[in-house]
Amino acid sequence: MSWNRLRLGMDGDGEELTAQETALYDRQIRVWGADAQRRLSKAHVLVYGMKGTVAEFCKNIVLAGVGSLTLVDDRVATEEALSSNFLIPPVESVYGGKTLAELCCNSLKDFNPMVRVSVEKGDLSNFGVEFFSKFDVVVVSCCSLSAKKLANDKCRKLSKRVAFYAVECRDSCGEVFVDLQDYKYSKKKQEETIGCDLKYPSFEDALSVPWRTLHKRMSKLYFAMRVIEKFEEAEGRSAGEVSIADLSAVLKLKKDLCIAQSLSESHVPDALLERLVTNATEFPPVCAVIGGILGQEVIKAISGKGDPLKNFFFFDAFDGKGIIEDISAK
Amino acid sequence: MASPPFSSCSVKDAKVLMVGAGGIGCELLKTLALSGFPDIHIIDMDTIEVSNLNRQFLFRQSHVGQSKAKVARDAVLKFRPHINITPYHANVKDPEFNVDFFKQFNVVLNGLDNLDARRHVNRLCLAANVPLVESGTTGFLGQVTVHVKGRTECYECQPKPAPKTYPVCTITSTPSKFVHCVVWAKDLLFAKLFGDKNQENDLNVRSSDGASSSENVEDVFERRKDEDIDQYGRKIFDHVFGYNIELALSNEETWKNRHRPKPIYSKDVLSDELAQQNGNLEKNNVCDDELSVSAMASLGMKNPQDIWSIRENSRIFLEALRLFFTKREKEIGNLGFDKDDQLAVEFVTSAANIRAASFGIPLHSLFEAKGIAGNIVHAVATTNAVIAGLIVIEAIKVLQNDIKNYRMTYCLEHPSRNMLLMPVEPFEPNKSCYVCSETPLSLEINTNRSKLKDFVEKIVKAKLGMNLPLIMCASNLLYEAGDVEDDMIAIYEANLEKVLAELPSPVTGGTMLTVEDMQQEFVCNINIKHREEFDEEKEPDGMVLSGWTQPVSAAENKDKSVGNGASPSDALVTAVESEKNDEITVVSTLKKRKLPEETDISCADAEAKHQKQLEVIDDEDDLVMLDGDLDSFKKRKLS
Repeated sequence: MSWNRLRLGMDGDGEELTAQETALYDRQIRVWGADAQRRLSKAHVLVYGMKGTVAEFCKNIVLAGVGSLTLVDDRVATEEALSSNFLIPPVESVYGGKTLAELCCNSLKDFNPMVRVSVEKGDLSNFGVEFFSKFDVVVVSCCSLSAKKLANDKCRKLSKRVAFYAVECRDSCGEVFVDLQDYKYSKKKQEETIGCDLKYPSFEDALSVPWRTLHKRMSKLYFAMRVIEKFEEAEGRSAGEVSIADLSAVLKLKKDLCIAQSLSESHVPDALLERLVTNATEFPPVCAVIGGILGQEVIKAISGKGDPLKNFFFFDAFDGKGIIEDISAK
Repeated sequence: MASPPFSSCSVKDAKVLMVGAGGIGCELLKTLALSGFPDIHIIDMDTIEVSNLNRQFLFRQSHVGQSKAKVARDAVLKFRPHINITPYHANVKDPEFNVDFFKQFNVVLNGLDNLDARRHVNRLCLAANVPLVESGTTGFLGQVTVHVKGRTECYECQPKPAPKTYPVCTITSTPSKFVHCVVWAKDLLFAKLFGDKNQENDLNVRSSDGASSSENVEDVFERRKDEDIDQYGRKIFDHVFGYNIELALSNEETWKNRHRPKPIYSKDVLSDELAQQNGNLEKNNVCDDELSVSAMASLGMKNPQDIWSIRENSRIFLEALRLFFTKREKEIGNLGFDKDDQLAVEFVTSAANIRAASFGIPLHSLFEAKGIAGNIVHAVATTNAVIAGLIVIEAIKVLQNDIKNYRMTYCLEHPSRNMLLMPVEPFEPNKSCYVCSETPLSLEINTNRSKLKDFVEKIVKAKLGMNLPLIMCASNLLYEAGDVEDDMIAIYEANLEKVLAELPSPVTGGTMLTVEDMQQEFVCNINIKHREEFDEEKEPDGMVLSGWTQPVSAAENKDKSVGNGASPSDALVTAVESEKNDEITVVSTLKKRKLPEETDISCADAEAKHQKQLEVIDDEDDLVMLDGDLDSFKKRKLS
């Protein structure tokens, strides 16, 4: 089934927005239209890994009025986990003993009574293909490279189209990966409507694109994030579990990777890697930026309105640029 | 960069002022709190409304009607209990927020929704020498700029878009777009029926043939004692949609090159079922709560997205009028149009649609008409969140005095050079800016005909954006607003009514006036030039101010975006919705100037040439466009 037909199917029952919905969503219906709002209200979103950026994203799509949001993060709340997460009151008597997903769920429910917010327990890698079939959108964060690839592959195995996003923020940098598989949509250009067809590679395929084939001004953050990711994977660390003590090992890995990929080391500045390992905690303004962009992209994919980005987005507060890079095999 | 640029040391001693706790404000307050800002003051005069809840996430249904600033504070303290947040449920233009008040802050952050307040805050920041981070969003577009006195341009160095204005005769006689019908319904008909009777109103100025005296016409709108309300409604209907159109048609000259309108009478669209209908209506109308009185509800119509037939519009028109006179009689005479007043929106929608039908203009839904009438600017949470993040990043740079890294950033809907977030180096101050450079202005005015009052209203308040002005000619005080001694009040009142040349200290060609706003600590000098005649259409104020950055009209803007590289307004990212409700597009024209790194701007220029014409993104919430416009057309007379 194509994405378009899926959407038509969703429209088929022709339900109208209620007066309550029209009043609440007035300002955004003026942006994306009543049809898009209806599609949003029927979409089911899964998020895995509740850090600050994901909390921002969740807030954005709950406000936008998706049908349901399912949260997975079995980690027990610690003070560190709360540092850039406004969904959790930093009072131990409140958060003590609860999982991050449960705590975030409680706050998010309040944001919009029209959205069903719930919690699932489990590890991303253990969820079967069936589990993913319940969702239209899957967003993963704070997990290993292999877990992300696996989840992405499971989404791709389904006959139904599931939009997949991976997101990470470290220090004052953030990255979003998007996989909409085969995405068809139409847009108006000047007076005519033109059909667009975007073919997205999987996470695995995108990361396998040889570095030397990428354009010369490729965002340095792309390479730096891959180095850190590889390091964490090789060391068996969980996402974000790095410190300044790891810097020399990370720099060595960078050198090895650059040699293996025939890429000049200048494309992966040491200073950038140093920032990323020194401060693995998120920087709240960057969470807001990345969570906002991710929210916008998910809304585009569900509503079929607007050009979705393909297939990476990078933001570094140092230079302030929010850049789209297309990383797919030629 | 060697040292960590976003270290928390600069933040932990900072004291910041936020102006606005709306769409951007909620996001900003949250991000500031998470980023460790310990002392935040926040001013907002607004209370919470239902249509805020889709993006102003600190507010809940149960908060509707409460102060935004106060509720936002309480909500943020729940996840950051140990910081200080001081809310003010007040207007930033109130005198308590003077230069001394502003001086206590390290940086001021704006999340405002109107030009007036932005200008006011800009002046106070200049006077207090406090850096300002300014922002705005509309739909998916947004921008953040940094204004530091002497270092970067001030908010008023660049021209701002002029509110859209329509010639009076387009509204009263020759509408060609739906918006003209909405303006007519809202500013003329609604105001005539339910507003202040003493206000001048152009509703009956239809043609220059003088077929009927205005005295006669006045009577039509006056409801006679004991006049049946349904009869009265139909009389109004037939007068404005039937008789007035017939009268206009009699002026052949007007219709030579135009589509001739069709008069519409109630009996044609409603036949005789009307009496029956109304019998049923009373029963349905169980709710007496003023703002929930609704013609749609009593007629059993639910979907605000539907486009009503001419018959449905006529029924809504008569029912809304009836409900105003039966359920809300006390308010009649003092009503102003309010986009959150359901009955008012219903009335205006139906009246605009019936007029549109007359003139062969496509009809619109209540939802669309409400957007036009209320100047509702599109708003989504995601853009506000992104912009708030960018504001905090700039605020931290300001606290670190990291001048070389200040950026003005655009949030785009369609990427430009692969960028969705595009940083640009801030501009230098405009040397001829009348606000931050003390450059004198010059004013052409007929000093024998224009009163001081006209000068105060049209120039000092409307153009210069002063709140509490003081006007001096050499060392003589001609006028002062605000707290004034009793004996002076009478003198100033008398002066206001005098023409310039007859003031105690005569103002004629060659005179220099000094205008000052004590609160804004803003002074400017104006050189007066006498001029006899003004073009009524092109210079409706009857005076022309020059030397200041004139608002750019949409038409001028278009010319500039295609190729005039020298204009200082080139760096504005501008956005406007196009007529047919398709997507918002962005033009970003950049002056040939150094951009971060070696980026090539020629492609952006090329792109700009293909794209549609836009206005500056300015306002986050409710843009006051037509309202600002109203003044100019209320005071004008047709020839």
